[in-house]
Amino acid sequence: MTELQAGQSAQPLEVPRIETRPQRYRDVLIALAAFVLLALLPMVFGSKQLLDFVIRCAAYGLFATSLNLLVGYTGLISFGHGMFFGLGAYGFGLMMQKTGVPIPVAFVATLAMTFVVAVVIGAICVRLKEIYFAFVTLAFQMLIHSTILSWQSLTGGDQGLRGGIPRPPFLGIDLSNHLHLYITSCALLVIGLFLMRQIAQSPFGYTLRMIRDNATRASFIGIDVWRAKLTIFVLAALFAATGGMIMALFVSGAYPEFAYWTISGEGIFINMLGGVTTFLGPMVGTVLLLILNDTVTRLTEYQGIVLGVVILFFAIGLRKGLMDFVVEWFAQRRGEGRG
Amino acid sequence: MLEIRGLSKSFGGVKATDNVSLDFADGSLTAVIGPNGAGKSTFFNLITGALRPDAGQILLNGVDMAGRTPPEIVRHGIGRAFQVASIFPSLTVEETMLAAVGADQRRAGVMHRRFPLAETRDRAEHAMELLGLAGKRNRTAATLSHGDQKLLDIALALVLDPKVLLLDEPTAGMGTEERWRMIDKVRELWEKQKITVVFIEHDMDIVFKIAPEIAVLCYGRILATGTPDAIRRNEAVIEAYLGSDDHAGAVA
Repeated sequence: MTELQAGQSAQPLEVPRIETRPQRYRDVLIALAAFVLLALLPMVFGSKQLLDFVIRCAAYGLFATSLNLLVGYTGLISFGHGMFFGLGAYGFGLMMQKTGVPIPVAFVATLAMTFVVAVVIGAICVRLKEIYFAFVTLAFQMLIHSTILSWQSLTGGDQGLRGGIPRPPFLGIDLSNHLHLYITSCALLVIGLFLMRQIAQSPFGYTLRMIRDNATRASFIGIDVWRAKLTIFVLAALFAATGGMIMALFVSGAYPEFAYWTISGEGIFINMLGGVTTFLGPMVGTVLLLILNDTVTRLTEYQGIVLGVVILFFAIGLRKGLMDFVVEWFAQRRGEGRG
Repeated sequence: MLEIRGLSKSFGGVKATDNVSLDFADGSLTAVIGPNGAGKSTFFNLITGALRPDAGQILLNGVDMAGRTPPEIVRHGIGRAFQVASIFPSLTVEETMLAAVGADQRRAGVMHRRFPLAETRDRAEHAMELLGLAGKRNRTAATLSHGDQKLLDIALALVLDPKVLLLDEPTAGMGTEERWRMIDKVRELWEKQKITVVFIEHDMDIVFKIAPEIAVLCYGRILATGTPDAIRRNEAVIEAYLGSDDHAGAVA
């Protein structure tokens, strides 16, 4: 079990989690409903600011939720997951600027590139145990960050990718139109979350939980632990890269900060805020962090202190993320009601 | 048939397993005994792939397992339970069983379908019934009693339908009464499942009472093998156990 899951012992004794009749289409319905709600949002509130907020939530939410597949589900604490966010942003931005291919082609090509990089880095990292895994992923993050900084002719160095990302319309979608960008981001978010949810609830998702709990035992029931870890490392990278691409489209560029270790740190922070024991915890954490960021920077210049206090409250006060807390609270109440 | 041929393993200068050869006939029930540090657990770790042997063969129906990884060996049909119950603390009993059957059916990597798979239910159910854990299916493994955790560990090995089941001290850490209940369970499983069972046990009363075959390990070597009666009268065994005071009384 990972450190971040402290507080699990407070679970009620009986946990009837396996549904007798699996509601196969429930997640599909929830996903559709969420998408419709998000799509209707611009009609109710015309505020561009709100839509911008949702787009940023989509980018960071995909990133943070994919990190939770590693941290919460597999027990792999990666401090370098942000590198794939950066790779997604840069890969997509460069592809659009240099080659002029249609957006869907650049999207798929960026995922393919991320796939290759993640396989190589993952093959090296997932053999390592806990703290070594954390630090070697961090080292790769720094490597990619410095490569971006020093390869000025390609990446623009510390200036980032400037001059905007061209967005030729495709299939009637024009991503230079703010509303189109908003709807596309929401669609990517919902599809991404749906796919990750599917992975988490599949037999493979339970393989990951077994590895998190007790990797040795998992290997003695015939599970190839290394292969499973590598698989989820690569899949998580793909979702993180998708978040990066949304970010690149949103700011119409890519900046070295997207690949800096602080992005990975924010991912961990979001997971601690929202909680790693529920699937939507990181999504809730994302919304919380972005609201905090936006309001705190408006009110004070000492935003670092405020965020620090908040994380201390969650880490030391609650000893769990917000969603963990809420779920436990409901479980306890239900338990009392029955008793 | 499990045949061990010249199995050896050294740690530094210490020969933990020294040229061990042993046969386990299909459907046999064998107790492995020996003083502390005799190399019993190392012997199990070598057979199951947790350790790589320096030399020797581990033939399961003629196929050599030596040097293979634990998942490969498990898939060939050698299952094991651990001295300290090795389970998945946050999964429920039912989830543990369903996931294990899924792994055995090579479905551990399936992503496009929901857990649990329908085809895993019967076998998981059967294993829970067999070990008497069905009533605790919704308990997370961490909340089970020590004895139930040991049973769950055994269930995890058993649910894979192994040809050979290795139990590393199934009664470790239990009180006298619980020990007998556990060992009765082991014997019952052996009779019902008709599989080869090899278990490590410290309690000589238990060993002599239930094991038709006994192998005695001492300093990494096979000191003696045979029926309880033969072992009881074996000079070398008595000699070895007289040196270690915890079992001297038990054998004599």
